[in-house]
Amino acid sequence: MLTQEQHYMPRTGMVTLLTELQQRGYEVIGPGVQDGAIVFHPLTQVDSLPQGIEQTQQPGHYRLHQTESARYFSWANGPQALKPLTFAPRETLWRSEQNADGSLRFTETLADRSLTAVIGIRGCDLAALALQEQHFAEDPYYRQRRANLLLIAVDCSHPADTCFCASTGDGPGADRGYDIALTELDDGYLVRANSEPGKAVLAALPLEAASQKHLEQADDQHRHARQQQRQLPRFDPERLIHQGQSAVWEAVADRCLSCGNCTSVCPSCFCFSEQEVPELDGQTSSHQRQWDSCFSEGHSYIHGHRFRPDTRGRYRQWLTHKFGSWVEQYGRSGCTGCGRCISWCPVGIDPLEILEQLGQEGTDE
Amino acid sequence: MARPRIAVHKFSSCDGCQLAFLNLGEALLELSEQVEILHFLEAGMNDPATPVDIAFVEGSLSTPDELERIQQVRANSRYLVTLGACATSGGLQALRNLEGRHDEWRDAIYAQPEYIQTLKEVRPIASAVKVDLELWGCPVNSDQVLAAVRALLFGVSPVDDRDRVCLECKRQQAVCVMVTQGRPCMGPVTRTGCGALCPRFGRDCYGCFGPSETAQTDTLAQRFAGLGLVPDAIARRFLMINSQAPAFLQTGRVFFHTPAGDQDD
Ligand code: SF4
Ligand code: SF4
Ligand code: SF4
Ligand code: SF4
Repeated sequence: MLTQEQHYMPRTGMVTLLTELQQRGYEVIGPGVQDGAIVFHPLTQVDSLPQGIEQTQQPGHYRLHQTESARYFSWANGPQALKPLTFAPRETLWRSEQNADGSLRFTETLADRSLTAVIGIRGCDLAALALQEQHFAEDPYYRQRRANLLLIAVDCSHPADTCFCASTGDGPGADRGYDIALTELDDGYLVRANSEPGKAVLAALPLEAASQKHLEQADDQHRHARQQQRQLPRFDPERLIHQGQSAVWEAVADRCLSCGNCTSVCPSCFCFSEQEVPELDGQTSSHQRQWDSCFSEGHSYIHGHRFRPDTRGRYRQWLTHKFGSWVEQYGRSGCTGCGRCISWCPVGIDPLEILEQLGQEGTDE
Repeated sequence: MARPRIAVHKFSSCDGCQLAFLNLGEALLELSEQVEILHFLEAGMNDPATPVDIAFVEGSLSTPDELERIQQVRANSRYLVTLGACATSGGLQALRNLEGRHDEWRDAIYAQPEYIQTLKEVRPIASAVKVDLELWGCPVNSDQVLAAVRALLFGVSPVDDRDRVCLECKRQQAVCVMVTQGRPCMGPVTRTGCGALCPRFGRDCYGCFGPSETAQTDTLAQRFAGLGLVPDAIARRFLMINSQAPAFLQTGRVFFHTPAGDQDD
């Protein structure tokens, strides 16, 4: 599985890693506890990493616990993925201004972005990034953000009960798409690099040769992490779109709030709406885009008509796109098994249950 | 071109929405270059009967006199915009509609009830006259007020954003208080506009912007029950600032304990 050379770094090496990144001019973003969840925010000292924090995740339920462990990464992901860092929740795309003669002038708002290193990214989110990469290939705003990112992944050692990345093939280890990856062990880290910038940072770290004992511990841990509670059920992605009349949709619409939390936390969902935000003087205006969701009324609005007025149609859109038509669009399912849509659904709807039922049913004809 | 004429009228209310207007600060100065503000008591302009292009109305209809006054306001204005929860759905004072004991309460509260002339039921502005645009919130969000004025100045329809608070909550990267704390958040059925203010401060939304589009209020009430809320507590979530908004009223009523024989606390 792993082809890169593995090194060993004692836990104290994290301080060197952080300092090295800062000296190389990176703004460092890392995990921390905020408002009862693991979130990514600016990291200026190793002390603010979530040491010993573990979690319980169930449908519609997320709680953190403090343990005695010295580990910094003994949790599975929180509500955010990399998504807010590559596809901003709200951003200005351009500004327009009216000249004295009534003509319009447009100004690009692409600002220079600082180099950013992100510590703690998981396999599922790297896989979702690869999906975003396809969708936003031509998008200058995405490209610019992405180009400035250095990704430091951590293999998942403590998946949540809502995780099923092992069955989608996207985790729990970080296999691709990172610059540096860490395996956290009881007393330190196995470290590997996958890019030139990653190797350059590694050169400055206090590394030793990985011992047989460390490698075995990592293997054990990985095997353990793969034994996840949830799995993708058996269903046929090509058939989903032909199951529009199933009674399953009606039943789930009774339980669903149409709130869009599932799509907002999903690391691969890419829908946005755009709006014009004029200044009060009426002379200048910003053109913004913001995260949208197929659970909003605007998502299916086409001049004069709402195609998905109710929750039934909206839930169907989400599930059939994510797990069905996404395959046709981008060559694979849009789901990387992160489990966020399960944990962060305020009413705890588990899409895997819906998929399982659909897998057992016939198509409309 | 003459500057559009504006009036801000007050009905039964706490003045908080007018304050949201006043608190615009610099933007208010800029606004007064674009428009002519002719009536706005809180700001010291007093000319209630003058014809205007845009009339903002704060407050609900809760006295017979207000029923007459709103007709004049309507007759004197091209656009009528309701400003906030009271004007749009009746507001907090409409809680009295729930019990239906107007006379009894009036007589118990006031020393000389014969001087009190109030309607038995508090009503939103739209129940009496045509409203062109409703701005929700308790109080309104000043940015929404400005955006509405700007749109009317351009001569286009203001954007009517009926999305739910949850969408904005996630855009703001707030951590969900329902999922992490089991709090009975109204965000999933409440209209956006506040910038997810409450969840950003770790508390549950209490629905001050009224119902969103396709508000799944019954489903949310079931969830609140699952979180351990007793029926009366569920009723209080829905029957608060916008108790008379139909989607909230209908679900709240299901859990609302009728008062007969109840202890008042
Ligand atoms: S569909 Fe759900 S589990 Fe799959 S990637 Fe999106 S949020 Fe994660
Ligand atoms: S349509 Fe829905 S499921 Fe598909 S990307 Fe957009 S928000 Fe996500
Ligand atoms: S499935 Fe859950 S998170 Fe998604 S829209 Fe429905 S209630 Fe909201
Ligand atoms: S905190 Fe409230 S508004 Fe925010 S996502 Fe949760 S339920 Fe929605």
